[in-house]
Amino acid sequence: MATPPDMLFKTLGDPTRRAIFERLCREGEQTVGALTAHAGISQPAVSKHLGVLKQAGLVRDRPEGRQTHYSAQRAALAPLIDWTSQMAGFWESRFDDLEDLLKRMDQ
Amino acid sequence: MTEADLRTVVIEREISHPPEKLWRALTQPHLIAEWLMRNDFAPVVGHHFKLSGDWGGVLDCEVLVVEPNETLSYSWNFDHDDAAYNLRSVVTFTLTPTQAGTHLRMEQSGFRPDQKQASGGAKFGWQKFFDNLDQLLART
Repeated sequence: MATPPDMLFKTLGDPTRRAIFERLCREGEQTVGALTAHAGISQPAVSKHLGVLKQAGLVRDRPEGRQTHYSAQRAALAPLIDWTSQMAGFWESRFDDLEDLLKRMDQ
Repeated sequence: MTEADLRTVVIEREISHPPEKLWRALTQPHLIAEWLMRNDFAPVVGHHFKLSGDWGGVLDCEVLVVEPNETLSYSWNFDHDDAAYNLRSVVTFTLTPTQAGTHLRMEQSGFRPDQKQASGGAKFGWQKFFDNLDQLLART
């Protein structure tokens, strides 16, 4: 899913929301009730956070009977991973030039 | 997954030159221009300077930390009329002397997720910025 990076950063910028997402990454699919037991906030508040995460493509919900199960969508993080690898590539080549420069400074 | 994983790039390299010499390459404008970008850098905390890319893009920077031969840090910001193109980050170089020369560590962290940014209708906001960087790299 192509979610803009700034929306991802904004979504994961909230520590409670990030904790919920990390928990889903770590422990797999969970119900709102199970997440609430660990979140330290009310169930409606957890549901609201899950709604925001879902909007950013970071979680998927799967209704089953009266329960809704949520799971993390790690692929949604791709734009962030892309950024770091691009920036890493940028600095690696800058440092190649830096080393060339240092050699020239010897002379 | 931690916050740092999402928002930080770390590059480390063993440099076969002493920290003092590496420090000059990191802090003297005509030398910075040789490996990074044209600039009006000065190694003074609070100094505002620009890094100008050949593609016409200009980074707004402010010197944050200057510890000669050890640590250099500056902000690395890119402002654009379209907020989705904005870039907010901090670059920190750490120099550690080794037997063979210097261990250079570069950490770039940023994009402060708590920062107010337009999210509606934004595409891959930074893509163009990096495409431009790539083009620059291809030419150099």
